Amino acid sequence: MSHESTYKPNSNFEKWMDERLPIIRMSAEISSFPTPRNLNYLWTFGGILTFCLVVQIVTGIILAMHYTPHVDYAFDSVQHIKRNVNFGWLLQGIHMVGGSMFFLAVFVHMFRGLYYGSYKAPREILWILGVVLLLLMMATAFMGYVLPWGQMSFWAATVITNLFSAIPLIGESIVQWLWGGFSVDNPTLNRFYALHFLLPFMIFGVVVLHIWALHVTGNNNPIGIDVKGKQDTLAFHPLYTLKDGFALAVFAILFAWFVFYAPDYLGHPDNYIQANPLQTPPHIVPEWYFLPFYAILRAIPSKLLGVIAMVSSILVLFILPWLDTSRVRSAKFRPLYRIFFWIFVVTCLGLGYLGAKPPEGNYLIFARLFTAYYFIHFLIVIPMLGLIERPKPTPNSISESVLGKSKGGGGQPDAVPAAPENR
Amino acid sequence: MNRLVGAISAFCSVCFVLAGLWLGSANSPAFAASEAPHTGMQSWTFSGVFGHFDRAQLQRGYKVYQEVCSNCHGMRLLSFRNLGEAGGPEFSEAEVKAIAAGFQVVDGPNRDGEMFERDGKPSDRFVSPFKNDNEARSANNSALPPDLSVIGKARGLHREVPWYLAPFNWLQEIAAGYQEGGADYMFALLTGYAEAPSDFKLAEGMEYNKVFPGHQIAMPPPLSDEAVEYTDGTPQTVTQYARDLSAFFMWAADTKLEQRKQLGFRVMIYLLILTVLLYLAKRKLWSRVKH
Repeated sequence: MSHESTYKPNSNFEKWMDERLPIIRMSAEISSFPTPRNLNYLWTFGGILTFCLVVQIVTGIILAMHYTPHVDYAFDSVQHIKRNVNFGWLLQGIHMVGGSMFFLAVFVHMFRGLYYGSYKAPREILWILGVVLLLLMMATAFMGYVLPWGQMSFWAATVITNLFSAIPLIGESIVQWLWGGFSVDNPTLNRFYALHFLLPFMIFGVVVLHIWALHVTGNNNPIGIDVKGKQDTLAFHPLYTLKDGFALAVFAILFAWFVFYAPDYLGHPDNYIQANPLQTPPHIVPEWYFLPFYAILRAIPSKLLGVIAMVSSILVLFILPWLDTSRVRSAKFRPLYRIFFWIFVVTCLGLGYLGAKPPEGNYLIFARLFTAYYFIHFLIVIPMLGLIERPKPTPNSISESVLGKSKGGGGQPDAVPAAPENR
Repeated sequence: MNRLVGAISAFCSVCFVLAGLWLGSANSPAFAASEAPHTGMQSWTFSGVFGHFDRAQLQRGYKVYQEVCSNCHGMRLLSFRNLGEAGGPEFSEAEVKAIAAGFQVVDGPNRDGEMFERDGKPSDRFVSPFKNDNEARSANNSALPPDLSVIGKARGLHREVPWYLAPFNWLQEIAAGYQEGGADYMFALLTGYAEAPSDFKLAEGMEYNKVFPGHQIAMPPPLSDEAVEYTDGTPQTVTQYARDLSAFFMWAADTKLEQRKQLGFRVMIYLLILTVLLYLAKRKLWSRVKH
C-alpha cells in the first residue's frame, strides 16, 4: 500500500535538500502515512514499544557511565548508583522496571497480531522481524539481569548458559566458550556487559526494518480487510499521533507507578544478595516475562528435549504465517479461532504461573498439559481451523464497516457481501 | 466503540491511581486484618504512597544496631554521613560527627608506607566488625553473619494464596505499592525465636526460629527486654526493638525512599493531568472523522 508522495517542497532550501537528501520528504510522508481509520487501542502498542526502547537506551547509557563490570565491584556499583549518583535511584528504577514494561507491551502487541491475523500475507516479513525483535529483547534482558551480580543474576546466568551443554558432543565446549572459562565468572560478566550495551542498537536497527516493512504493507486493522482506497484511511498525523500519545500517557502512569511505588515488586529479593558461586538459592526463578518459557523447559523430563521445546516455542512463531490456512485475517469473523485464541491466552498465562512454581505434583501435570496445548495450538489447531471453519461474512471495505453501507464509498456496488466462506 | 475504550481507559487509570492512593495511605484495613502474631504484614509508617520514616524510630533502630547487631554484622555500603541526610534518621551534623569519631578507621598508607588508624569522619563507611569473611566465620562457630546494608530488600515475606486468588493478590499488592516484605520478614524473624517443638531435631549450636527457612538459625536470639536503653520513654521490649530495627534496615536498604515517594506523587499528578488533556484533545480531533 505504498502511497504516492504528496509532499511538495515549499522553500528553496527544501527544494535544495530534496534533491540531495530527501529527509524532509520522508518525514512528511511518515506523518501523512495513510492509516486505516478503524484501528483500536491495541494498535497503540507499536508507539509504546518505541517509547520503551528509547527509555531503556537513554537510561542505560547513563547507568553505564557509573557501573563497574567486575565480579568484586558490580553489586556495590549498582548500590553506589542508587545511593550516591544524583537521581541514580530514579535512573536505575526506570531501567529495571522498564524491562518489565517493555515485555508487557510486547506481549500485548504480539497477542494483538495473533488475534487480528496481522502475520498473514502480505505481512509475513513484518511479523518475522517482530519475532527477531522478541529474540533480541530476550537476549538483552537476560544479559542485563546478570549485571547487578546478585544471587539470581549469577544463578540465572549459570542455569541458562548451562542449557547449551545439552547439545550433544560440542555442548560442553560451547558452554565454556560462552563463559570464557570454566564457570560463570568475571569474563562472563564482562562479555554480557558488552553485549547488553550492543544488542539494544541491533534492536533499534531491526525496529527500523520493522517500521519500513510496516510502511510497505500498511497497517492491518481490526476487521482485517485490505485498504481499498482513500476513504478507508486517515493521515497518521495528527489523528493517530494524538491517539497514540493518549495511550502512551496511560501506559506511562502504570510505568511510573512501578518506578515510584513498587520498584522491586517485579524483581526477586535474592538479587539483593551479592552473587555467591558456593551457595545455590533454594528456588532459582527467572524474571516474570521468561516464566512461560521456563515452564516449558521444565515440563519436559529430558534436558535436551526441554531446551528444544523451549526454543521451538519461539521458533514456531517464524513459520506461523504458513501454518495458518485461513484466508480471513481477523478473529472477528472467525467464530472458532476466536475461542481457540482465548484458550491459547489462558495457556500462556497458565504457563507463566507454573513457571514460578516448583516442577512437582499437580504443577508439573498442568505444565505438561499447557506445554502440549501450546504446540498443538500452532501445529494442529491453526492449520485445521482454516479448513473446517465457516467464517462469518466480512464487510466489503473498512469504510463500509465504519461509515455504514448506505453511504457506500467502498468503490464497489453494495450488492453481495463478500463470499461467506473464504476458505 | 473506540471512544468508549478511550473513556474507559482514562477512567481506569484515574481509578487505579485513586485506589492506590487509598490502599497506599498506610494502615489500610485489608492489611491490618493480617496483623496476626508477628508474622505477616505489619503496619509501617513508610508503606504506601505517602510513606515516610519516623526519625525517632530510625534513631532508635540505629542505636539497637550499633549496640547489638554491629558486634557481628557490618553495613559496608552505608556512610556515617547518611545518618544525617534528609529522609533518614536525620541526626544533627554534630551528632553524626560524634558518631563517626567514635570509630577507629584504617587509613593510609602514610608517607612512610604504613597503614594507620584515625578517628572516623562523616564521609567514612560504617566499620565492619571483622576484617574478612574467614575471620567472621571463625568467630561465629563457622556461620557467616551477613552484611546488613541491603537486608531490608534482600528478604521478603511470601504470601501463599490459591492460584485463583493469585491475580487479585498481585493486583492488591501492586495497587498498595507493597515493598515492605523485607521489614516484615526481619520483624517476624527477630520476634520468631521459640523453644523447638519436642519432635524437632536441632543441630548443635543452632537456635529454633519460627520464620527462618528450615527453622534452624545460627544466630542466637540477639534481643532481650531492657537490653538497649531508650531515653525517649519508648518501651524497652524485644517487640519494640525488632520493630525499630526493621524500620532502620528498610531505610538503610532504601535511603531514597522518601525522595522517591515524594517525587512520585508529583509525577503522578502531572501524568494524570496530561492524560486527561490528551484524552480531551484526542476526542475533539476524532469527533470530526468517522472511525
